[in-house]
Amino acid sequence: MTAPAERGPLVRPYGDTTGDGMVQVSFTLPLPHDKRAEGAALQLAAKMGLSPALLVHAKAMGPDFTFFVVYGSVTHLVDLRDVHVVEREFPLLTPAEVNQAVRTHLKRKLVVVGACIGTDAHTVGIDAILNIKGFAGEKGLEYYRELKVVNLGAQVLVPELVASAREVGADAVLVSQVVTQKDAHIHNTTTMSAAFREAFPAGEVPLLVVGGPRFEEGSAGALGVDRVFGRGTTPGEVASYLVHELVASRTSPDPRGEQR
Amino acid sequence: MSARRPALLDLDPAVTRRARSLARTAGKPVVDLARAHTTVSVERATLRLAGLAGADHEGTPWVNHLVDAVRAEVGLEHGVTTPVWDALRRGEAPDLLTLAQKASSGGVTFRLPEGRDLTAGRKAARTAVAKGIRAVDAQRRARERMIAKVGDAPRTPWIYLIVATGDIHEDIPQAQAAAREGADVIAVIRSTGQSLLDFVPEGATREGYAGTYATQENFRLMRAALDETSRELGRYVRLTNYASGLCMPEIAALAGLERLDMMLNDSMYGILFRDINPIRTFVDQRFSRQVHARAGIIINTGEDNYLTTADAVEAAHTVTVSQLLNEYFAKEAGLEDWQLGLGHAFEINPDVPDSFRMELAHALLARQLFPKAPLKWMPPTKHMTGDVFRGYLLDGFFNLVGAMTGQGILLVGMMTEAVVTPWLSDRDLALQNVRYVMDAAGGLTEDFHPPRDGFIQTRARQVLSEAVDLLDEIVADTATAGTDYPQPLLAAIADGTFGAMKRPPGKGKGLDGVVRKAEGYDNPATTLLEEGSTR
Repeated sequence: MTAPAERGPLVRPYGDTTGDGMVQVSFTLPLPHDKRAEGAALQLAAKMGLSPALLVHAKAMGPDFTFFVVYGSVTHLVDLRDVHVVEREFPLLTPAEVNQAVRTHLKRKLVVVGACIGTDAHTVGIDAILNIKGFAGEKGLEYYRELKVVNLGAQVLVPELVASAREVGADAVLVSQVVTQKDAHIHNTTTMSAAFREAFPAGEVPLLVVGGPRFEEGSAGALGVDRVFGRGTTPGEVASYLVHELVASRTSPDPRGEQR
Repeated sequence: MSARRPALLDLDPAVTRRARSLARTAGKPVVDLARAHTTVSVERATLRLAGLAGADHEGTPWVNHLVDAVRAEVGLEHGVTTPVWDALRRGEAPDLLTLAQKASSGGVTFRLPEGRDLTAGRKAARTAVAKGIRAVDAQRRARERMIAKVGDAPRTPWIYLIVATGDIHEDIPQAQAAAREGADVIAVIRSTGQSLLDFVPEGATREGYAGTYATQENFRLMRAALDETSRELGRYVRLTNYASGLCMPEIAALAGLERLDMMLNDSMYGILFRDINPIRTFVDQRFSRQVHARAGIIINTGEDNYLTTADAVEAAHTVTVSQLLNEYFAKEAGLEDWQLGLGHAFEINPDVPDSFRMELAHALLARQLFPKAPLKWMPPTKHMTGDVFRGYLLDGFFNLVGAMTGQGILLVGMMTEAVVTPWLSDRDLALQNVRYVMDAAGGLTEDFHPPRDGFIQTRARQVLSEAVDLLDEIVADTATAGTDYPQPLLAAIADGTFGAMKRPPGKGKGLDGVVRKAEGYDNPATTLLEEGSTR
């Protein structure tokens, strides 16, 4: 997308005049509120590139901390030529958009089976993604009307998982591995993916997705799965990915490709 | 709570009576169902009251070992205590702990005693469990004594602040700091996922995920720290935790033993939001509420959660219905009005016209329907974005509704909700916000009287009448009559009536821990709690 009058390539923050570079910051220092603390705040502001810096507010928060609000002009310039944006390979959709995409293109509910496999009893991860309670302010996949979620819980055996996926006609299988020892998460995942590829004819294997803090991004290929999600992944990201892989790409080109 | 004119909303007393009577009609069959069952967690809680604590080297509590062992050999249909104290009387082990340890490796034979052995076993069990009940009583008296000595929170609403670092040793200084900054109630959020653990972790814990594990030792450490701070500040600082999830009864027992003051305890939260089996939840909930009643603990219910999944305007009446059900279940379990922190929340989309007036109407409705309950007023979460400035304003309006409608407990909203876990400065700013609104507008409870048949009165009456309609519909639903679970409320939960979640009675986590009681079932804890006796 091109704006009519492209700014740059060098820009500065805007307060009330072009080029004034004005920013506001607030922070807390672990110091009692006195002259020295205010001096410390100004020193920090200077090191952050605020010159001149204006200390507009300082307030003691208990005996040991002081809260500051500082305004100032930053000496830094932003060079737009050096801004590189890493695009997610799929667009982030709202729950309503996910539901609509499934309704319009798949014309049936998208079936997701989730489980913790191996000895891992920590369902924190899978529950954060699947339970309606969700994670980071986002509702879990159960909340999505057009997704049918089957959460098998913890310590699910791989053959059980395969059987369940077959029984409910899973479009996607989500596996979580939170607490692992001696790379058990890798072993469990490769066992799981091998079992699915053996049990289903090629092209009919459900989308295999694993998640957990110990997985390396980009290791999906080596693990034999379709996608790996790391720490901090939210239900919305997973749902958007499922739509991208299972709904949008298998029918028509994603109509929202341009959307952020 | 300050005195107020009775006709603030001009609700028709016949309608409020009908609402309560429908809640009773819906709730009663579920109570009967709860009374007919026990759960592994109820039995474990009973053992905890009898003094069984600790865990093996892998962290599995001895109460779990013992209940599992008894269940495997003779079942739980008669309760865990009779076979356990019978085994102790037969000299299988010198004490309860040793018995549990031996039982964990299959070294104990249990039986269902008969005749004189049965009587003696039950008597011994009752003596042991009664000690725990008396410990709970003693903690209640200790709380009352301490409040009399150091003083209570200076005004309502009580300011409720959350601490959640995952490490109890970090939580303590944070909680003490929050109390010094003005918090009257400290809530320690539990680690994500604890509600789905079918055991209570043991000891002081230093690693939690977005919260700190609820353990007996963590409870004890935090209560001791807040006692110290209460003395320092000259006001009793209350401690809150969560009696929910698969171990609800055990956590309630531990809370009673360690003198927690408030517990989150909703009748349907676990079913709807954690996919815990409905029967398991109602059985566990009844026992936990009986313990809370005895311990003088104020429960907090979770109606705010419905509004995070459903629309706060459209679903306003489901909050009222849930409050009525929570009230019925709570009173049936022996809780008194002052112990009912019924929940509600400021979750209407601020872009909706008249959103503030509707919030006022809803908050007043709860206030008027439950005049003697403290009510827990919950801040906006769903419409908090990364725009912390707008969030700060929204929290101010939330505080204003709290001030104008005389709420009992106010959970302090953070402008960084949904951004970061609260920073020191977030908490300080949030408390400034509360203090400003309370000082500036707290007295509005005297002046604020919505005009007769005006927007607020009309909206409140509309929500109440929708609530009555919904209860009517629930009670009248006979589609499940003649099935295994004919209770209309269970059918409503299965249909997705609450929080848009469908939870059938035969599904969900923890169902395998539910046991139908046999004719000779005995649980001395339940008996002591229901009789109100101490021995």
